[in-house]
Amino acid sequence: MTGTTAMTHPIVLDIEDLVVGLGPKPGGPRVIDGISLRLREAETLCLVGESGSGKSVTSLTVMGLLPKRALVPGGGRVRLVGEEVLQASDRRLRQLRATTMAMIFQEPMTALNPVVPVGRQIDEVLRAHTKLDARERRRRILAMMEQVHLPDVERIFASYPHRLSGGQRQRIMIAMALILEPKLLIADEPTTALDVTTQKQILTLIRELQENQGTAVLFITHDMGVVAEIADRVAVMRHGRLVESGPLDAILREPAQDYTRHLLSAVPSLVPRPPRPDAGAPVVLETTGLGKVYRERSAFGRAREVAAAKDVTLTLRKGRTLGIVGESGSGKSTVARCIVRLVDPSSGAIRVAGDDISGLSRGALRPHRKRIQMIFQDPYRSLNPRLTVGETIAEGPVNFGVAREDALARARELLKLVDLPPDAVTRYPHQFSGGQRQRIAIARALAMEPDVLVADEAVSALDVSVQAQVLALLDEIQQRLGIALLFITHDLRVAAQICDDVVVMQHGRIVEQGPAQEVLTRPRQAYTRQLFEAAPGRDWDFAHFRPVSAAVAS
Amino acid sequence: MSVETLSEAGEGPRSRLSASLMLAASSPLTLIAALCLAVVVASAVFAPWIAPHDPLQLAPAQRLKPPGAEFPLGTDAYGRDLLSRVVYGGRVSLLVGLGAALVSITIGLAIGLVSGFFRPVDAVVMRIMDGLMAIPAILLAIAVVSLSGASLATVLVAITIPEIPRVVRLVRSVVLSAREEPYVEAAISVGTSLPRILWRHLMPNTIAPLIVQGTYVCASAILTEAILSFLGAGISPETPTWGNIMAEGRTYFQLKPSLIFWPGLLLSAAILSINLLGDAARDALDPRMKRREGTR
Repeated sequence: MTGTTAMTHPIVLDIEDLVVGLGPKPGGPRVIDGISLRLREAETLCLVGESGSGKSVTSLTVMGLLPKRALVPGGGRVRLVGEEVLQASDRRLRQLRATTMAMIFQEPMTALNPVVPVGRQIDEVLRAHTKLDARERRRRILAMMEQVHLPDVERIFASYPHRLSGGQRQRIMIAMALILEPKLLIADEPTTALDVTTQKQILTLIRELQENQGTAVLFITHDMGVVAEIADRVAVMRHGRLVESGPLDAILREPAQDYTRHLLSAVPSLVPRPPRPDAGAPVVLETTGLGKVYRERSAFGRAREVAAAKDVTLTLRKGRTLGIVGESGSGKSTVARCIVRLVDPSSGAIRVAGDDISGLSRGALRPHRKRIQMIFQDPYRSLNPRLTVGETIAEGPVNFGVAREDALARARELLKLVDLPPDAVTRYPHQFSGGQRQRIAIARALAMEPDVLVADEAVSALDVSVQAQVLALLDEIQQRLGIALLFITHDLRVAAQICDDVVVMQHGRIVEQGPAQEVLTRPRQAYTRQLFEAAPGRDWDFAHFRPVSAAVAS
Repeated sequence: MSVETLSEAGEGPRSRLSASLMLAASSPLTLIAALCLAVVVASAVFAPWIAPHDPLQLAPAQRLKPPGAEFPLGTDAYGRDLLSRVVYGGRVSLLVGLGAALVSITIGLAIGLVSGFFRPVDAVVMRIMDGLMAIPAILLAIAVVSLSGASLATVLVAITIPEIPRVVRLVRSVVLSAREEPYVEAAISVGTSLPRILWRHLMPNTIAPLIVQGTYVCASAILTEAILSFLGAGISPETPTWGNIMAEGRTYFQLKPSLIFWPGLLLSAAILSINLLGDAARDALDPRMKRREGTR
């Protein structure tokens, strides 16, 4: 389906010059500043933008779900199948929300009620809006659950949300959203919390249902790969304004605006970067047969063992970057946390510059702590909100006997190294953006002058353009200081751009490992191949505004 | 590619705390409560200047006088001035309340921090706390007072002990969730020693909930002290306390209800306003309570 054939379809959603201000009264600072969008039947419009661009606020406005008094529509029109939504009463909105428009969210676990079986949750929608009897409702629900390709629907009907996987929960959400066959489906980052293979399935499902029911889909995402997979048309947002909009192909090939070009060129390519020469540098980190078993004790005292990591053997040399890629639950974070000794490994050895640290006690470990430092995923939680940036960075050196003044002076230098103003030492973390906080976290790790830096999904929480900056910074630091980098990520694009060597993990085991160039272009294992095929937008070379096939041809 | 610009808003977390306390003070109910408490506290602190008579001076000739110029609230069955006794009585009550809050929070904080961080200690400590919580506070207080005699110190100890488990539980739960925060893990991986982690990274998280808990402990301690005095198991009867005065007034209740009314009024005013201030502090310090207001 392309944008042009859909031009003849009736308009489902018509947003005209929408303004949303910060409350409580109209006329406050504008969060949404004059947005116009049009969405037709059976069409998918992707709303793209970085965090804070106003894409979620736009969707909440359409749904009539803006937090009252905090965000107030200040002008413009939102028409849903010809009906004005902004002026609709709460009662009318409730009706519209189930029958004419529906929404699915990023995190299906929090959107579902944990103490009610999922079948009954879908049933509530039908009970509230139809007059069907119980048998008919059940029949419809089971049919819908089959449509979203849930297995064993009778069992899942009676299951509680926690018994289902993330992908199954999202399918339930989709079933609930579409059971009354709404005209408009708003999907707010519905696959962001899912693994790539599951994401692929959900995207295909949304496509398929849309074709069956003719639903118009407003799809909100930050991921250009997903956009390339699902969009008919694309609207790019920034700071509450519409930057540009148009058919998918036009936006990806010939973006008219600088911002769109900038956004696209920040998307890391899936084609691995040229390999760096392996100079035979000394080994700084080595694990052999590393394993971690979690014991869960059940109520009857019978222990259940879960192996989070099994027989992990890897080697990291000075100045090189080793990536561990895998889906959630593959054990990649467990390995990282074992290496930093935030969890105690159950078996195997961890050798840092020749010394085995796997069995050391807390006290004996202390001198070795300096050599390995970690950067965490969530920059909003990895800095103590009550300490100044300077105190945070100086903490490590002070622990190892450096005088406080010297450590603070060093903190200023490190801030300069990570491209932050030195006077940031006296500020608090909440005064910085996510990307800046991640820089501070990097400075804290560097203050210890480590040999190895372990980055656990260190750029996953950041917007693409910020992500590109932080990756460039890590690269620069590595070249300047010769630090070895252990980079844990689920994002193959990031892995392709930063890693020299790659380890692919699944179910706690290493599936495949080798030079990035080899593993990422000629995977030998079926699982690795499957992982690559699921990577969204793999046919596009975003940074060069062309399909990958064109890149290969040239 | 440019680095994002620094945000300009410049306040530390400490000024955020005071800002939220200011916000709490802006509601009229909270202001009334604060004013009310201020009056009660001032009357107790400045009792020697306010009281027209010695609260202990017996004057059999002046028994059960109605309010008048010499005795603004009248006299009790022994001819003692009621106003003087009530303001002096507030001293004991408020001292017990404040003391119980400070002592139970100090001890509870220490035990809770250690218990929340060290799993083996936790198992033992929490069972002891469960045991303490199973003992009714009043019974424990009566037992302690009858074992070691009635004095301000024993009453304070008797009232404080049953409050400690509540504080420990609160601190422990805060520590349990805060210790999972990545910034605590980051502190561990830069080699920060355990006492420092407890003090620097975990303890500050407990301050806001402890302020709130402290007000509740304070109010309930004042009440317990009054009950103990009323039952005759509290501080020796010659020292005026709100509970004592009411206990003595009970006999003459039909004849002269003001003997119970005035100490009762001050007691209720003090407890009610402390609780209201506690609620206000909780709302101001707990962002979740605030957000609930904003949405439907």
